[in-house]
Amino acid sequence: MKLSLGGRAAVMRSLIAAALVAVLAAGCSSSGSTSSSTASQKVKLSFWSWVPNLDKVVAIWNKAHPDIQVQVQVQAGGDAELTKLLTAAKAGNPPDVAQVEYQVLPTLVSSNYLADISKYAGSLKGGFPAGIWNQVTLGTSAVYGIPEDAAPMAFFYRADLFTKYHLTVPTTWAQFAADAKKLHAEAPGVYLGTFSSADPGEFAGLTQQAGAQWWSASGSSWKVSINSAASQKVASFWQSLVASGGVNNQPQWTAAWNKGMNDGHYIAWVSDVWAPGDLVSESASNAGKWTMTALPQWTAGASASGNWGGSSTAVMAASKHQQAAAEFATWLNTSPAATAALAAQGGIYPADIAAQATLAAGKPPAYFSNQPSFYSIAKQLAAGTSQVTWGPDVNVAYSEFTTAFGTATTSKGSFLTPLDQLQSTVLNDMKKSGFTVQAAG
Amino acid sequence: MKDPRDRTAPRAAPYAFVAPAVILFTLLVLVPVGYTLYLSFQKSQVSGLGLGAGARRQVFAGWSNYTSALADPAFDASLLRVLLYSVVLVPVMLGLALLFALLLDARRVGLQRFARISIFLPYSVPIVVASLLWGFLYLPTVSPFTTILGWFGLSMPDLFATHTVLFSVANIGVWGGTGFNMIVMYTALRAVPSELYEAARIDGASQLQVALRVKIPMIAPALVLTGVFSIIATLQVFNEPITLSPLTNTISPVWMPLMKVYDEAFTNNNIYAAAATSIAIAAGIFVLSYSLLRLSNRHIFEGR
Repeated sequence: MKLSLGGRAAVMRSLIAAALVAVLAAGCSSSGSTSSSTASQKVKLSFWSWVPNLDKVVAIWNKAHPDIQVQVQVQAGGDAELTKLLTAAKAGNPPDVAQVEYQVLPTLVSSNYLADISKYAGSLKGGFPAGIWNQVTLGTSAVYGIPEDAAPMAFFYRADLFTKYHLTVPTTWAQFAADAKKLHAEAPGVYLGTFSSADPGEFAGLTQQAGAQWWSASGSSWKVSINSAASQKVASFWQSLVASGGVNNQPQWTAAWNKGMNDGHYIAWVSDVWAPGDLVSESASNAGKWTMTALPQWTAGASASGNWGGSSTAVMAASKHQQAAAEFATWLNTSPAATAALAAQGGIYPADIAAQATLAAGKPPAYFSNQPSFYSIAKQLAAGTSQVTWGPDVNVAYSEFTTAFGTATTSKGSFLTPLDQLQSTVLNDMKKSGFTVQAAG
Repeated sequence: MKDPRDRTAPRAAPYAFVAPAVILFTLLVLVPVGYTLYLSFQKSQVSGLGLGAGARRQVFAGWSNYTSALADPAFDASLLRVLLYSVVLVPVMLGLALLFALLLDARRVGLQRFARISIFLPYSVPIVVASLLWGFLYLPTVSPFTTILGWFGLSMPDLFATHTVLFSVANIGVWGGTGFNMIVMYTALRAVPSELYEAARIDGASQLQVALRVKIPMIAPALVLTGVFSIIATLQVFNEPITLSPLTNTISPVWMPLMKVYDEAFTNNNIYAAAATSIAIAAGIFVLSYSLLRLSNRHIFEGR
């Protein structure tokens, strides 16, 4: 059939009219639904997190609280979630509740994206280690999140391979260096680990163990001391290990690294109490062969550790249901049912002191069936973790770390140059943004 | 009065017809570009420790976002790198595409359809998948090439070393882009009238001479088109390096200009710097592609 010109125009006109009506109707209905959602009695909370199997933990809450239904939206990981969270918060539609790593809380707080939930959760202070509680309050009277997991660093090693290569488990970093040298002489290509430019959090934790405080606040002024003597000591130590070949220089979390963790090319791992959740997939064929112990120490007999990651459950400032959200966040991280399920299902090592004690009395994670004392060791490590103050631009520092140390690890050159670069980048970024800031000597 | 051109009264119909395009162009292009321009002259100003409500304000920044973007050595290095990447990738990719197109167009080539499809196939593989695939092939400990080279007593070269990584990334671009450009050129070749070939053959031209003296000049417009598009596409390279970045130390998060934009916007949470960097890149690409088109118009299309 052939339409006449007039007929075509008529068809076009009615099509346009129909499209306009559809657009208008859609506009009306969407604005209608947003205004009516506040009126409904049943509260729905969205929750962003990357903990595996979290939906099973949340199901316990949803069953007990028909009025406050929580929906988990699974995220890829801490970094990926932060990227989305910053964008969504800027656009005005963040989730109600989000899992947030401790080191990025100041970034979110300085953009005013997090709700202060001190009136709902202020009384929880005594239930958490002081150092961790300080990270969610940023040293103020506000509370920006409920601590979820404690993340003390730990040393993991393959006992069978340590015997094979005649190594002793290092208790000091000097012994660690000696082991690395011995291992390299005996089996080149086998490593005590790798210095990963992809893991600024790991390096930051190691410098904390040595006593570094990258940021500190006094009065209304920030102090940045990323390249302090303590950080320099740690950087030079790893530089010499990478240069001599006892420690590899390739990034972690790649296919190549997985293979090395599986086939015995990496026989140790400087990691964190959350490692069991990762080893299950990174070193799948070696269940029951890894052992956790304290990090090697700078001073023999000390028991210092740093933080690598760890996260809190935060309520977003844009949420219309802050009280319900705070209630849920409190339940998730303090109720015995939730913390037990988080540890069992999600591999989370709880920040809650009572939950740590319960775990210490129970069974180890399935992957560490060889080490019944796993959770009591974890509890000791958590107690020895250094206090830390995170600055408002940890994201800038971490991104710069990957760039600067990426170059240095590839060339096996000086690690002090990238460390200075890190200090000046962070300092300039803060000055440019208008923070009151000074470099510490 | 029958000639419609005689009518002087304004008619609504033409406006109604262009309205959807104008509205969509305004909403989806002009407004976002305008907003990006606006953001590029703003910055976030913090007071004191920068904690708590109201500690961060958006203020006018002047040209400071532009000056600090252009003064950033990492950004300047990424600009040089992307130019080098383009210089490496475009000639190789288009050269291969032209070669394959000419071979497929030549008479008496067996398996024509199979060859055409298999050369085109990599183009249909998503870039992220292709990058992961090549990334695994490049990593010595998981690459099958390590084993294969081992049979001949050779060792795998480090394809992620400082001086090889650019070529390794460009290789993915060549692999993925050759097929598409080949199809464009092949289609142009099919449109060349066959009398021209017959005339050339009667004049005693060989296959090679036909290709060089007849076919290539006849499809010059297609070559210019693919060239300009390829240059624009390579200057915007992002997916390949961002996918490979976690696999190696040598691809930093700000390795290419667009990665710098991403890093500023989503890692550093500084959309103002990201906006200024985007505008600078867009302006650069616009000037470059415009002058390329002008230049090629003068040389190729003149006198037609």
